Amino acid sequence: MASTNAPKTWGVLAQYENTKILYNACERVRDAGYSRWDACTPFAVHGLDKAMGLRASTLPWYVLLIGIGGSLFGLWFEMWSMGYDYPIIVQGKPLNSLPAFVPVWYEMTVLSSCLTVFFGNWVLNRLPQYYHPAFKSKAFDRVTDDKFFILIEAADSRFDLVKTKAMLKDTGASHIEELED
Amino acid sequence: MASNALVPELPNDPNLRGDIVLPDPVEGRELLVRGNLSFHDITEVVLAVNERPLLKTPAPFVFGLLLASSMLAMFGGYVAFLFWEGPGIWGNNNPVAWAWDIVNFVFWVGIGHAGTLISAILYLFRQKWRTAVNRYAEAMTIFAVICAGSCVTLHTGRIWLDYWLFPHPSQMGIWVNFRSPLEWDVFAVSTYFTVSALFWYTGLVPDFASLRDRATNKIRRFFYGALSLGWRGSTRHWVTYERAYQMLAAFSMPLVLSVHTIVSFDFAVSQLSGWHTTIFPPYFVAGAVFGGFAMVQNLIIPARTWLGLKDLVTVRHIENMNKIILLTGSLVGYAYGMEFFVAFYSGNEYEGFTFINRAFGPYSWAYWTMISCNVLAPQFFWFKKLRTNMGFTWVIAAFVNLGMWFERFVIVVSSLHRDALVSSWDYFVPQTEWFFLIGTFGLFFTCFLLFIRFFPVIAIAEIKSVMPQADPHWPGHDAAGDGAHAKGGH
Repeated sequence: MASTNAPKTWGVLAQYENTKILYNACERVRDAGYSRWDACTPFAVHGLDKAMGLRASTLPWYVLLIGIGGSLFGLWFEMWSMGYDYPIIVQGKPLNSLPAFVPVWYEMTVLSSCLTVFFGNWVLNRLPQYYHPAFKSKAFDRVTDDKFFILIEAADSRFDLVKTKAMLKDTGASHIEELED
Repeated sequence: MASNALVPELPNDPNLRGDIVLPDPVEGRELLVRGNLSFHDITEVVLAVNERPLLKTPAPFVFGLLLASSMLAMFGGYVAFLFWEGPGIWGNNNPVAWAWDIVNFVFWVGIGHAGTLISAILYLFRQKWRTAVNRYAEAMTIFAVICAGSCVTLHTGRIWLDYWLFPHPSQMGIWVNFRSPLEWDVFAVSTYFTVSALFWYTGLVPDFASLRDRATNKIRRFFYGALSLGWRGSTRHWVTYERAYQMLAAFSMPLVLSVHTIVSFDFAVSQLSGWHTTIFPPYFVAGAVFGGFAMVQNLIIPARTWLGLKDLVTVRHIENMNKIILLTGSLVGYAYGMEFFVAFYSGNEYEGFTFINRAFGPYSWAYWTMISCNVLAPQFFWFKKLRTNMGFTWVIAAFVNLGMWFERFVIVVSSLHRDALVSSWDYFVPQTEWFFLIGTFGLFFTCFLLFIRFFPVIAIAEIKSVMPQADPHWPGHDAAGDGAHAKGGH
């Protein structure tokens, strides 16, 4: 931003007052063919992912993969340490006493899966991201309170400052603002 | 959602309307939030306590925090004494090798279970009322597990060798014994703590963002800004976030059942009469949920009044939790009865003696305290008048907490003090253990009061999403125009 004199337009922000208008507006933006856009809301609005045409999250697949890996590692480690690396008979149980290994095996499965869920959630969402052009907007402060927003990026191939703003106005936006990068 | 003429008009006073018991609606369910609050009102009501300037912290709060932190400081001194002298400062004797250390551990771990039950199991069962109490209960879980962890790490004797609990390579070449229930416990409790903390933090992020966006000074903006990770409520984020939340709930549900099951294995896998029973896992889990909900009641009934949250945590929430207390209390009562019956039916003299000794031996006072607090006290909740009365609920919940502490005392001490060798029988009397128990309460309440002061006590983003105007297809949007206020609720 410092290198160029004129700040570049990052995109347009439109504010909506309730979930119904937002929902219908999202369907309009989706059907107009935009791809680099987003809807920001104070809470997860039920069905809005469909109205935006978003695909389901891929997170469960990573969790499945790493969860299975963590589970197998847990069992392997118990069998290796108890039965091979330092075999020792205690409690009169066989070296590889599978039933007695179940609790730790289970906890390892849960732990590896939950760590994947937690970190995967932030990685897939590219958070933490402490800077975003929308944060410069005063109106956007209420995105975590009671207002609803649609952001359309200038990088979208269908973006046209005048036409995009006119379309957003037509969807019932109560406030429209240009965002600079 | 249509207004019902039979439902009485609620008064306008937010300190009154939350306590009024409404008749069950003919269709659908009672609204979760009272008083036609808008989304913005919710944000204001919940964050009011967090956004007070530090110097204007209410005096009773400061007093409470000072009291709790002085108890915590005392605990620090006690731990130093324990470190120096060793567990000889306790009353533990030869047959009673486990006493208050383990009693307190099981007590605190059990308290935590209600938090996970509310956050995970009620979530998966689509019990939407949980959104008003889950944050609070999850915080309780985390602090309770910290207390439990401090009890169990301090009971080992040579505290500086506690890392031996975890598998680690060393010059001795040996690993921990994965066949031992005590080792299972290490994994269960540490996994439980980790997962609860991750779940709690995930839920907090959108609410930290609310605090960030409303911050009026730089310190607060930086503090909550850092914690909220730059959350901006993007729907592309919500899609993954919601799925992550759901998965954490799905993993927590069997996890919470497994934790107290494994805690019960510490006892049930041994050969001691009174401990060696197959009923222990379900009985421990029911007891944990029972005691945990009682603790939630003890904490939330004063808090909803002092923090002005009666519109969000209504009498309906308190009543629902009382119903769970009644159910789990009756399950626990059934388990006490069944234990006794099986001791008789097994025909095993030692088992039979242990139970007769429990009820009529030297520790009978503890046994009957447990029975009256855990089995009899919750039965009052069969009456709607009583289970919707705040003061009465608080008192019964306090009795339940007392009873659940005694349950663990009865299980641990009364089973140990008269073992199979008559010459080694002894009677356990606590020495300095009171300070141990009080100290963990100091730790718990210090954490809890700081949580109330600085973190949103109610999951704002979640409670907004269960309000009728959150639904894009809510008919009221057309009637209300800008949707600022929900109309036609009651």
